[in-house]
Amino acid sequence: MNIDKILNIAKILFSGLGTSIEIFIITLIFSIPLGILVAVLKNSKNKLISGIMKLYVLLIRGTPMILQIIFVYFAPYYLFKFSYDRFVAIIIAFVINYAAYFAEIFRSGINSIPKGQWEAGFTLGFNKIQIFMLIVLPQVVKKILPAISNEVISLIKTTSLAQIIGVAEMFSFAQKQSSYNFSIVPLLIAGGYYLVLVFIISILFNKAEKKLEYYS
Amino acid sequence: MNVLEVQNLKKEFNGTEIIKDISFEVKEGETLVILGPSGTGKSTILRCINNLEKVDGGNIIVNGSSMIKEYKNSKPIYNNKEILNKINLEIGMVFQDFNLFPHLTIKENIIKPLKYVLKKGKEESEEIAKKALEKMGLIDKIDSYPCELSGGQKQRAGIARSLAINPRIICMDEPTSSLDPELVGEVLKAIKQLASERKTMVIVTHEIKFAEEVADSAIFIADGKIVEEGKPEDIIRNPKEQRTKEFLKRYI
Repeated sequence: MNIDKILNIAKILFSGLGTSIEIFIITLIFSIPLGILVAVLKNSKNKLISGIMKLYVLLIRGTPMILQIIFVYFAPYYLFKFSYDRFVAIIIAFVINYAAYFAEIFRSGINSIPKGQWEAGFTLGFNKIQIFMLIVLPQVVKKILPAISNEVISLIKTTSLAQIIGVAEMFSFAQKQSSYNFSIVPLLIAGGYYLVLVFIISILFNKAEKKLEYYS
Repeated sequence: MNVLEVQNLKKEFNGTEIIKDISFEVKEGETLVILGPSGTGKSTILRCINNLEKVDGGNIIVNGSSMIKEYKNSKPIYNNKEILNKINLEIGMVFQDFNLFPHLTIKENIIKPLKYVLKKGKEESEEIAKKALEKMGLIDKIDSYPCELSGGQKQRAGIARSLAINPRIICMDEPTSSLDPELVGEVLKAIKQLASERKTMVIVTHEIKFAEEVADSAIFIADGKIVEEGKPEDIIRNPKEQRTKEFLKRYI
């Protein structure tokens, strides 16, 4: 395989990278706030609400993501003859899945903040939402950043599952090119792309952690 | 005029009565100290006054507003949120372990409640923060983070934060108990200054000498009841009850 061929394959894979990154970013934008909400509701004193959240986290973490993706896309069709955009289905499946993992991380972070912080906020007249947003959450973010970075790194690689329901992301191109050329090179190029992305994500998280080192 | 009235306060935890019928009042400008052995519910009284704990009996009246609306089947029904919020702002709390917000500077610690709760403008808030910190001798730490302060400085910052919302009463829950011995003095001095300015305070403390110097009145609590009350010098120098004598023996 000559260098032109390799560059050509790299170019083809690169054209799928946009979709992978789209899935990645849109999933983060929706799953992190949803994860925080689930974390708060799971801590709720209302047994029904916390019970529903527990069940949600159990189901999502307890079943393979591939099953969840297929379910989200095909269940509406089998049940109601309702079909919809594959990309939308992937986003829904990814957001539902990652929110469950983020929820557990945020919940452990929230529970690690001393009760005294809530109490001080309360005696100063803040309402619960203000205490959470102004006092608790900023401290939680610092504590959970390493755990969050793990999930975010896993997410960029997991976008490759989108091809299950035919979303044309980068890795689906790599597989096609691999069998078409009868070569392992396209897969290695795909691996290289993931590696670069993970490297960039790691640098960003390191920077964020450094930035939050101003207090202890 | 009474700014604070605690009437027949009762509080239990898991069926055990921690506070059994305690009543006292605090007049405007007066400092009351609560003395007594550990684990007798002194802090719990302050926590009930601050609405951090719900009472099981009795009532707490702050500046004429009652926390409890009524009793139904001998269960207390609290007044509505509006009244409780109003009461909440009339009472400040200084915690044993400071509870400063670690991610905010000392200035931000003070300004956030002014901005978000009292809806004050930026300049006015900063002015109030500066004044409170000057009073506590901490103006040079205004832009420091809590982790950069000594224990005594942290507690003075905690007092400044509480002062800034200008409550009618400041409760202090063992304000010097988590401090190294050499840092206790600076905090007690700051509290004494507030007392000399006739700030109304309720202080739970184990510093007997300080209590005698600073307080206008004192109550001695043991086993959830008031054993003795009166002028601090009388209780401390001439205790009448055996329980008080035993307690004070360890300190004098």
